[in-house]
Amino acid sequence: MTSIIELRNVDFSYPGSTEKILDGLDLSINPGDKIGLMAPNGSGKTTLLHTIMGLGQVESGSIKIFDKPMKTEDDFSSIRTRVGLLFQDSDDQLFCPTVLEDVAFGPLNMGLDRKQAKEKSLQILSELGITDLQQCVTHRLSGGQKRLVALAAVLALSPKVLLLDEPTSGLDTAVKEKLAGILNNLDIAYLIISHEFDFLNNVTNRIFSMEKGKILTDEEIHVHRHEHVHKHGRHPHVHK
Amino acid sequence: MNLDQFESGDSIIHKLDPRVRISIAALISIAAALSNHLGIITVYLLLSISLVFLAQFSPRQIKDRLKPLLWFLIMIWIFLPLTFTKDIVFTWGWISISKAGILLSLQISLKAISILLIFSALVITMPVAVLGAGLHQLKVPDKLVFLLLMTYRYIAVIYEEYQRLLRAARFRGFKPRTNLHSYKTFAYLAGMLFVRASFRARRVYQAMLCRGFNQRFYTLDEYEPFKLNSVFFYIMAAIGISLILIERLLPF
Repeated sequence: MTSIIELRNVDFSYPGSTEKILDGLDLSINPGDKIGLMAPNGSGKTTLLHTIMGLGQVESGSIKIFDKPMKTEDDFSSIRTRVGLLFQDSDDQLFCPTVLEDVAFGPLNMGLDRKQAKEKSLQILSELGITDLQQCVTHRLSGGQKRLVALAAVLALSPKVLLLDEPTSGLDTAVKEKLAGILNNLDIAYLIISHEFDFLNNVTNRIFSMEKGKILTDEEIHVHRHEHVHKHGRHPHVHK
Repeated sequence: MNLDQFESGDSIIHKLDPRVRISIAALISIAAALSNHLGIITVYLLLSISLVFLAQFSPRQIKDRLKPLLWFLIMIWIFLPLTFTKDIVFTWGWISISKAGILLSLQISLKAISILLIFSALVITMPVAVLGAGLHQLKVPDKLVFLLLMTYRYIAVIYEEYQRLLRAARFRGFKPRTNLHSYKTFAYLAGMLFVRASFRARRVYQAMLCRGFNQRFYTLDEYEPFKLNSVFFYIMAAIGISLILIERLLPF
């Protein structure tokens, strides 16, 4: 079985900084994988997702996506629409005036004509149960609505794998449950960054962590939840 | 912020092709701006008023659209009549009001109102995305079109960010006063806003790349071929051109 996404020994640091955000990082995402990634703030999770999308130049190491080595901007731009990335802040993603246009932005870029793009977008909106938002102006939506529309915009690309960057942040329980329902009905592989143990437990089958620029897989760590008095309170935390 | 209250409607104007509307709005406004004859300017004003009614604006909406312009015009009416020294029609102490100044103020007011109404009727009656697509089809450089669309989309976000920063400052006891501390604080706020806006711009661009953006904008809106498109275009173009010719060729 070949991996959808395979990172080997990847190093990354921001220009002008010597601190390695990703340091010899290995990660494979295989078909059917539903991976949760839980790690402290600033451990490089978002950087990892952006590196997979080719939004930052790696210093060394290899990235293979759909069995193709990714080296140049052209390599990455050819796979970007097949790897759906949901950004942390939905406002970054929704830039068209109306919801329908935003969802159709990807399909139109992929070369569908207007009619097909519209049909596809409406179909995704109805799958997510937000058809009634189609003519809404994107910047007037609530936080939860924005997140669902941003997800619809990513799903409209028919990606083969999804990368979700803290999809539950700032959402109430009802929207979280809705999101979990949607994810559990998807039959594509995904990787979710989140700080919420319950949510990850519900929608993923493996939970990884990150430390010192490396991935710790579920074979190396054991993430669990226990009830006792603890300085972290009731927030889930990682024991090594 | 309510930038899009007029874009949906079913008047004749709303059905016209965006390219027709944009080019006519540009043509008539430039012609009106360049005119120097009060009679001709009045014709432009009447034309703009009829367009606004054709686009089914209510008198109240028209009044609301004109309100911000009014302050600017009031300034002009205060200063211009006092600046000229010829043809004094009224003197009171050291204040003297000139006929030329009044005429010029009148011209500027009528032109400004006409142009604003023309753009209200023809341009803001289409969604911004359609305006963008229309400008693109009219071969306006893509960079300018993106700038317009992105400004429209993110002006509200940046405004919210400003409000958030200001609120945070207020919660820590900041009260704007006329002192160095206040000026400094506002400078910091403005600086932070620029930094955030540029980071935001980068993230938005990355998000667009992730959805296959290839430097081209598409729009879902389709404008059916509409009989009146060419009729409207030729009539308006004819009116504009004949008004220019009348002013140029006929001695008044």
